[in-house]
Amino acid sequence: MNKTVNQRAWFLVLPVLLLVGFSAVVPLMTVVNYSVQDTFGNNQFFWAGLEWFEEMLASERLHNAFLRQLAFSAIILAIEVPLGVFVALNMPKRGVWASVCLVLMALPLLIPWNVVGTIWQIFGRVDIGLLGYALSALGIDYNYTQDPIDAWITIIVMDVWHWTSLVVLLAYAGLRSIPDAYYQAAKIDQASRWKVFRYIELPKMRGVLLIAVLLRFMDSFMIYTEPFVVTGGGPGNATTLLSIDLVKMAIGQFDLGPAAAFSIIYFLVILLLSWVFYTVMTNLDAQESRK
Amino acid sequence: MTAPAPAGARRRFAFNGSALTCALYILFLLLPIYWLVNMSLKTNEEILSSFSLWPRDLTLANYMVIFTDPSWYWGYINSLIYVVLNTVISIAAALPAAYAFSRYSFLGDKHLFFWLLTNRMAPPAVFALPFFQLYSSIGLFDTHIAVALAHCLFNVPLAVWILEGFMRGVPREIDETAYIDGYSFGRFFVKIFMPLIASGIGVTAFFCFMFSWVELLLSRTLTSVDAKPIAATMTRTVSASGLDWGVLAAAGVLTIVPGALVIWFVRNYIAKGFAMGRV
Amino acid sequence: MARITLAQLAHSYLKAPSGPADYALKRMDHEWEDGGAYALLGPSGCGKTTLLNIISGLLRPSEGRIAFDGRDVTDLPTAERNIAQVFQFPVVYDTMTVFDNLAFPLRNRGAEEDYVRRRVGAVAEMIGMTDALGRKAQGLTADAKQKISLGRGMVREDVNAILFDEPLTVIDPHMKWELRTQLKALHREFGHTMIYVTHDQTEALTFADKVVVMHDGQVVQMGAPEELFARPAHTFVGFFIGSPGMNVLPARVAGAQAWIGEHVIPLAGDHAPQERAEIGVRPEFVRLAGPDEGIPVVVRRVEDIGRHQIVRAEHAGREVNMLAPEGQAVPLGEARFAFDPEAVNVYVDGWRVPARDEKETAR
Repeated sequence: MNKTVNQRAWFLVLPVLLLVGFSAVVPLMTVVNYSVQDTFGNNQFFWAGLEWFEEMLASERLHNAFLRQLAFSAIILAIEVPLGVFVALNMPKRGVWASVCLVLMALPLLIPWNVVGTIWQIFGRVDIGLLGYALSALGIDYNYTQDPIDAWITIIVMDVWHWTSLVVLLAYAGLRSIPDAYYQAAKIDQASRWKVFRYIELPKMRGVLLIAVLLRFMDSFMIYTEPFVVTGGGPGNATTLLSIDLVKMAIGQFDLGPAAAFSIIYFLVILLLSWVFYTVMTNLDAQESRK
Repeated sequence: MTAPAPAGARRRFAFNGSALTCALYILFLLLPIYWLVNMSLKTNEEILSSFSLWPRDLTLANYMVIFTDPSWYWGYINSLIYVVLNTVISIAAALPAAYAFSRYSFLGDKHLFFWLLTNRMAPPAVFALPFFQLYSSIGLFDTHIAVALAHCLFNVPLAVWILEGFMRGVPREIDETAYIDGYSFGRFFVKIFMPLIASGIGVTAFFCFMFSWVELLLSRTLTSVDAKPIAATMTRTVSASGLDWGVLAAAGVLTIVPGALVIWFVRNYIAKGFAMGRV
Repeated sequence: MARITLAQLAHSYLKAPSGPADYALKRMDHEWEDGGAYALLGPSGCGKTTLLNIISGLLRPSEGRIAFDGRDVTDLPTAERNIAQVFQFPVVYDTMTVFDNLAFPLRNRGAEEDYVRRRVGAVAEMIGMTDALGRKAQGLTADAKQKISLGRGMVREDVNAILFDEPLTVIDPHMKWELRTQLKALHREFGHTMIYVTHDQTEALTFADKVVVMHDGQVVQMGAPEELFARPAHTFVGFFIGSPGMNVLPARVAGAQAWIGEHVIPLAGDHAPQERAEIGVRPEFVRLAGPDEGIPVVVRRVEDIGRHQIVRAEHAGREVNMLAPEGQAVPLGEARFAFDPEAVNVYVDGWRVPARDEKETAR
């Protein structure tokens, strides 16, 4: 769409600019401020230059948290996206049942994140939780507070439980936008179920799936509350993801300098990802409008 | 697709397979929630002493605790206050901005839009401490407005984004016709344009509500007593009273209720909304 | 290529239809000859697309059977009926090239790549897209996409029938004419059974050997274009075909005469007496009359459309139209119209009643 050039449109954007500026720029400056200073307490600060950054970039702790984070995001994406698409393909297309499915599936998305953590904390307990009890009744040795593998499985299943519906809803929205004529034509052309998926459904879902993948990637990269409630980052540091580590450092140990440097590196990584996201999105939109 | 089976029979079979898939998935989603509800209706003794799939000794005592103790029910009220405040502020600010992005091109528009989106992607953990210091220094600590403003950080960009998607679907001719008919910008926007994107506004409100309602890290950091959200009340009470499982479960169930109600109202737009109006 | 037989066929979209009004398609027996070029003509919502989807198997009829060359296919899915169908709006596989789009139905049937290349080449030439074969289908115009859809419909040589569901809606006028000509040429060359759905009478009359007119869920007449014009079997056909449509006036009929009120209208054939009948006559066969013949009318408007003039008049509150040759002066106000007796048809309850001495023609 060709838009008219109008510099006065800035006035319309002004409220948003002030609001987000107040909420984003001022705190960000505080973080930058901390990241280049050192303190010995008593509110005395010294210029520390890029020392914290160097320390953080070389820190094994951050590397490990980063690797755990990448592994976590990769695993949940690999499960949630195919599962979400599969469920969406099997949803009723319209009618009362479609509404019922949508409402029930959206339910986990609207539960406060710490309650999600609490639900799974309880659900997985061997003594009072259905899952833990059932597993131990089956003779499986399962304990997410002791065993790192069990802890990982628990937070991954929890994330799948929590967020797969987002992928389902997005994929479903994509599928609903396909006119019936496409399916009819595919029948006429004698296309197999696989070809219908490959050449009709997948191309039509491409846009929304991209949103889904990137949203899930970003949000899983920032995840804090849910795994923290369930495992507290443990056992040991087994499930200490980036945000959990950051909060530990900043609030638990009050290492403001390193934590601030950590924040900025973290934020830059996300910024880079956002940029990729945004570029791909706008290219896609441009393609759409050229049609 | 080779066996010459009757078309009707095949369709019925496919329907069953699909229904089964959906049913299994929904079962997976509802089981943990059911367990929470189940626990909330049991006494602590029953929870800890025996294992049962449904409450033997059905009790509403856990809910009574919440409804009679101000420190509990004020948690809900606090949460609802800042969530509604945030939703109103986010939409009010985002509406004109989204209109500007969808209709005009202006100096720096693309960069501005990108910068807004980066805030949606900023990890709350990064902002928790600086927010605490900022709001403490200007005397807003432990107020509803502080949480509402902090949540604007990710809700305003999201609102702009969703609304822009919906507004792009409204043909520009409508704007032009209205101006030709002598409408002022404000009157046009309120009387003509907003009704046209009513479903978009509804979806946006839903998302602002949702993300503000489910967020805990910032809302807990920015409050201590007066504006403490229900989610934070839960964590505190649990650690203080030595794990009162029944009340904890009841509180959890009650936090699910507002979300479930809101979903019901937007159920017809939910799919399009999740696709940010871009389907 | 096949003869398509519909036996006692009816369809309702409701689970438990209670009356005729619940049927999108009313009970019908019908036969489509092998190799015929048919147009299925009727206004929107008359059941054309429903009928087409039943033939192609996208829809299972709620009652009755359908057979190809005598073989019952009612329960066969679309894929096993070997039918080609082109839809109203373009359906292309966006991520494929034009070539792959055209080759898709052939490859799905496991055709050899050599043959695929030959067929696609031939079809591409037919639809004028040889140069675009290597392009992605995504960025093409609606026109081009619909041509690809048409091409996909024509690429298989061994289909039982090709069905077209208003395929030229999105194509611009001069291209429409060209494609229609192509389709006709294709029909002559390969002799496929073709059924072409449209609500545009020009399109129907120029494409088809036989036109099937549908109205309100039933077939009201099948015939060659000139038959539809000269002897509409139902007043609806009279209205729907021709521009303006046939004049229909309530009348009393006996022998070789009809009366509209006290005015006598001579008929060509001999008819059984009927108190409540209608006579229908096309505007082409109406002329201005002298004071003692025909019926009195009031001329309201004269429209000059170049080749001739349309005279719009009224008799007793009913519209009566006349086509007058270019240049004839027709004054507004009172006048008299007379009808050519050979061209007057008699209708009872909407259906045409042949004269007793007229040879029965197929409906």
